[in-house]
Amino acid sequence: MTRHLLGLVAQLLATLVVATVLIFLVLRVLPGDAAVVALGLNATPEALAQWRALHGTDRPLLVQYGEWVGGMLRGDLGTSFVTGRELTPLVADRLQVTLILVGLGMLLALLAAVPLGTLAAVKHRSPWGTVIAGASQVGVAIPNFLVGVLLVSYFAVRLGWLPAGGWTPPAVDPAQFWRHVILPVVALGTVQAAIVTRYVRSAVLEVMREDFLRTARAAGHTRGSALVRHGLRNAGVPVVTVVGVQLAAMLVGAVVVERVFVVPGLGSLLVDSVAQRDLQAVQSIVAVLVLVVVVVNFLVDFLYTVLDPRLRVAAR
Amino acid sequence: MSALGPGPDGVVLPDAATAAPRRSPGVHAQLVVGALLVLVVVALALVSLVWTPYDPVRAVPADRLQGPSGTHWLGTDRFGRDVLSQLMVGARITLYVGVVAVGIGAVVGVPLGVLAGMRGGWPGTLLMRGSDVLLAFPGLLLAIVFGAAFGTGTTTAMVALGIGAIPAFARVARSGTLQVMRTDYVLAARAANRPAWAIAVRHVLPNIAGLVVVQCSVNYALAVLAEAGLSFLGLGTAPPTPSWGRMLQESQQFLGTHDHLAVAPGVAVAVAVLGFNLLGDGLRDVLDPRLKGVR
Repeated sequence: MTRHLLGLVAQLLATLVVATVLIFLVLRVLPGDAAVVALGLNATPEALAQWRALHGTDRPLLVQYGEWVGGMLRGDLGTSFVTGRELTPLVADRLQVTLILVGLGMLLALLAAVPLGTLAAVKHRSPWGTVIAGASQVGVAIPNFLVGVLLVSYFAVRLGWLPAGGWTPPAVDPAQFWRHVILPVVALGTVQAAIVTRYVRSAVLEVMREDFLRTARAAGHTRGSALVRHGLRNAGVPVVTVVGVQLAAMLVGAVVVERVFVVPGLGSLLVDSVAQRDLQAVQSIVAVLVLVVVVVNFLVDFLYTVLDPRLRVAAR
Repeated sequence: MSALGPGPDGVVLPDAATAAPRRSPGVHAQLVVGALLVLVVVALALVSLVWTPYDPVRAVPADRLQGPSGTHWLGTDRFGRDVLSQLMVGARITLYVGVVAVGIGAVVGVPLGVLAGMRGGWPGTLLMRGSDVLLAFPGLLLAIVFGAAFGTGTTTAMVALGIGAIPAFARVARSGTLQVMRTDYVLAARAANRPAWAIAVRHVLPNIAGLVVVQCSVNYALAVLAEAGLSFLGLGTAPPTPSWGRMLQESQQFLGTHDHLAVAPGVAVAVAVLGFNLLGDGLRDVLDPRLKGVR
């Protein structure tokens, strides 16, 4: 088990090193001179030289990479090429907002998907099962920003129940926070609920065919108690995979939902930085997002071994 | 593909997640409905090459913000442009982005996956670890990064989405190849000293073609969603070329008063994605060798 865990950690670190090299290559080497990108083709040589000296882009690339990664290890994401602001506090604030949206979105998705998916599997021959399976199939195809746009149209513009956009931090005014967070969370969570429902349904259907469930029924358990006591844990392995994959996708997918609801999350900051061609900000934000994605994937891999004893034995 | 199947994000997931629906009744209905929906989108795109009801980029201020009518079936936007005409040309852009993105993913990912599956050992491990690193960059994020580095636009989006699709194709091709390499006819070919490339072309590729076709369908749906998202963010297809994502983004100013502007492109995206998803599910049932005996 310890060896397996160490292997996963080594894989995580290797992935992070290669990912940071790729990010640096794509954003700092391939576009050419960062000074020209920032100041434009008509900038004077003096202005370009001054800019390079100010931002340290006149030093060897290896030194720049080392300083960037070293800074990140110390919690310093560098300064914006455009505004000159420290990126660490800005990214930390924005990441907090995005994580709240994604966390609540996934929570909502799971609260809907686990019972609906299980019901769809248990009742797979009844109309209920068919309706849930069909609805989740359609839900998967709907982009979260379309759900967002429709929610704004109905609940904000027509009914006026909730604000169409904006953000209030929970510490400032909890009531306003919930008013602002409901629509974006529903937009993010609904589509995820459809995706996870499909996987819960499939996983439970698969488990229902297993011998151990038949044995549990033969031992006197009702279908419900056999499923709860023995089935759901086994169905949990593929569902955890999907939740992990979807969490990573939601982090990036939240970019668009943040745009719809004018939420100041990390995605909005990323898109604004791209529009301003602020390569330093883009580089650091992408590195933070990739770090979160890789850590989530690591946790999913680790959870496998916790959930499935067979994998634990294999890992020994 | 005994143990693996592609998930909603094009990422290979355990079989339990995808196996059960394959055996459910009505699988051919999925294939037919999916094919029909895709056909509708393809037909819209093809017809737009030779005819659209109006010039999709011509502003007619007198006709601005009209609802659906006999003159403009899906209404007009804030510049008086015909929504149906824009939708038709948008279908072309969507399909174009999907073809190039899936093409790049398949052309690069499949040979890499086959190579990893046939060689095994450290080259195989290295290739698969490389694809693991790419998995840390979801397609949309990769497209945004490329937009920052090389400027935003349709071409950048297509290439980035294509590169983002490589790991999914490589993983599917590798898992299929590993299975084929264990068969008796490959063992016989190896015993007969057939070169590796000949085994790959003669035995491996034809046998994993079904898996690759299914993956194409899954990734096509993802590319449609991602392109719409990028255009919505203003990082995809540049104006005045119509795109479904930007139509949705522009509709935001008129929510509550002119909802048709959001509904038309929204339904178009959903129909295209649903079509490719259903087509993928249906094709998986038809092409998965494990299920041939079941029918």
